[in-house]
Amino acid sequence: MHITQGTFSFLPDLTDEQITAQAKYCLGKGWSLNIEFTDDPHPRNTYWEMWGTPMFDLKDPAGLMYELAECRKVHAGRAYIRVSAFDATPGWESLRLSFITDRPAEEPGFMLQRQERGGRMIAYTTRAYAADRPAGARY
Amino acid sequence: MGNVSATAHKSRYDAGVMKYKEMGYFDLDYQPKNTDVLVLFRITPQDGVDSEEAAAAVAGESSTATWTVVWTDRLTACETYRAKCYRVDPVPGQEGQYFAYIAYDLALFEPGSIVNLSASIIGNVFGFKPLKALRLEDMRLPVAYVKTFDGPATGIVVERERLDKFGRPLLGATVKPKLGLSGRNYGRVVYEALKGGLDFTKDDENINSQPFMHWRDRFLYCMEAVNRAQAMTGEVKGTYLNISAATMEDMYERAEFAKELGSAIVMIDLVIGYTAIQSMAKWARRNDMILHLHRAGHSTYTRQKSHGVSFRVIAKWMRLAGVDHIHAGTVVGKLEGDPFTTRGYYDICRETHNPMRLEHGIFFDQDWAGLRRMMPVASGGIHAGQMHQLLDLLGEDCVLQFGGGTIGHPMGIAAGATANRVALEAMVLARNEGRDILAEGPAILHAAARGCAPLAQALEVWKDVTFNYASTDTPDFVPTLTPA
Repeated sequence: MHITQGTFSFLPDLTDEQITAQAKYCLGKGWSLNIEFTDDPHPRNTYWEMWGTPMFDLKDPAGLMYELAECRKVHAGRAYIRVSAFDATPGWESLRLSFITDRPAEEPGFMLQRQERGGRMIAYTTRAYAADRPAGARY
Repeated sequence: MGNVSATAHKSRYDAGVMKYKEMGYFDLDYQPKNTDVLVLFRITPQDGVDSEEAAAAVAGESSTATWTVVWTDRLTACETYRAKCYRVDPVPGQEGQYFAYIAYDLALFEPGSIVNLSASIIGNVFGFKPLKALRLEDMRLPVAYVKTFDGPATGIVVERERLDKFGRPLLGATVKPKLGLSGRNYGRVVYEALKGGLDFTKDDENINSQPFMHWRDRFLYCMEAVNRAQAMTGEVKGTYLNISAATMEDMYERAEFAKELGSAIVMIDLVIGYTAIQSMAKWARRNDMILHLHRAGHSTYTRQKSHGVSFRVIAKWMRLAGVDHIHAGTVVGKLEGDPFTTRGYYDICRETHNPMRLEHGIFFDQDWAGLRRMMPVASGGIHAGQMHQLLDLLGEDCVLQFGGGTIGHPMGIAAGATANRVALEAMVLARNEGRDILAEGPAILHAAARGCAPLAQALEVWKDVTFNYASTDTPDFVPTLTPA
């Protein structure tokens, strides 16, 4: 399977040139970029691991691409990596863009567990097959 | 303040009938206070009725006046309670129509009540015989009044955080056919559409609890579909469960059941009424629920320019009332929507401050005083081939709903959903890269379709579908070009 979190998951994987263009767009808007990675693809896993702190003072997309390359050296093929852009404008103060740049070589997907309750109600639990193994040894 | 001294005169209260203009409802020297509610009406007086007298009558009939003098006014601080028409302008290009600006003291309104606000402003005066027609065009709600309302429970920013979706419009579809599907078949449409790439599916406005599908059955099957689609995609999904019903008790029961099933969002129809909407907004706030409003019925009073209530006013009231989503037009789809007027609605939903922009139909500065932003929803007769126009006109903080444009896809519902999602992501990517999407849109879509058969099919099937009819509700002012 292919998880479709992030802004561009229905497109072919972005090239470095395409990632650079998106980074340039975000920096042009005054947003701060950051890189995160995880080996837990659950849709409610909000807090991916941060690759350093957000690059608040970055001006040149090359800085992002350098850090992305460093992150890939450690995690490529074994984790998801995403780039996000944070907007500190009053009344927003949240992400403006967030897209996956790298995926594990294989994505085993999710199991949907159903717990039957009374009155035809079902309690649903989504469980990533990858999470059966300990963190760090999942992909 | 010449009128004040006139009205203070003893003869003001002699029994009989007076001109409204002379009763204290008209004062061109009045300086509106920051705390006044300001209202713009479009008035069309009957033949022979003076425009200023008609405007004063509107101020009077929408505040303290009745048709004759009453001495009991003198038991009140009546000068305060009288609305004051402070400006009358002819409508450009519309003979016989006038814009009347009227100020209402804040003391006239109950805090936090759309019912009281609307009953005051539109309660009586719209049937007033000396007018041929009357339209409530816009309102300036003072910060002091805005702060008495809760506003949207969730708002755009928190909705995006909760759904983990950033940087692009959200995608939805209304389940079709809108009537007749059983719960089991209905859930199939929800599953296919969400699995294929949509973020949301939606009940239509008149899906409640009919013989072909009772509400509990629909909710149960829909939530199976939502959870199944989440597991298939690893992405948060939702379906707007319509909880509109005959009584508040029924609505609360349906809302509680939706919550118990884990739904992220419920929906209501505008026809349930302002009190019911505010009640459900408070319920949504207590229960971390996104509240979708379908503006069912609004065109009966918003569409004609001469009479009724502009949708921009309804949008303002709904932001105060506290809904998170509101249908606000598509421009290019099958329903009424002039591009500039619609832009005004979107700004009312999404901005923290609306400056006066006559060319968008925004007549007043409006400060939203920290009230959260509403997500506008574009729904009705739109398809993937219009993606560049939709993104350009409506921006990225909206929900694009492709009902027929998903479910009518020749390769099936999931393929229809995929076509829309690929078209959308390709267009956002291109826009962010600095490309001119309006000019290059079709080329961008066809390039994306080379790697996506469902998109190629969608572009082929709907290539000639457009709804080009003249709008009835257009701005009265056009931008004037100034020499550089």
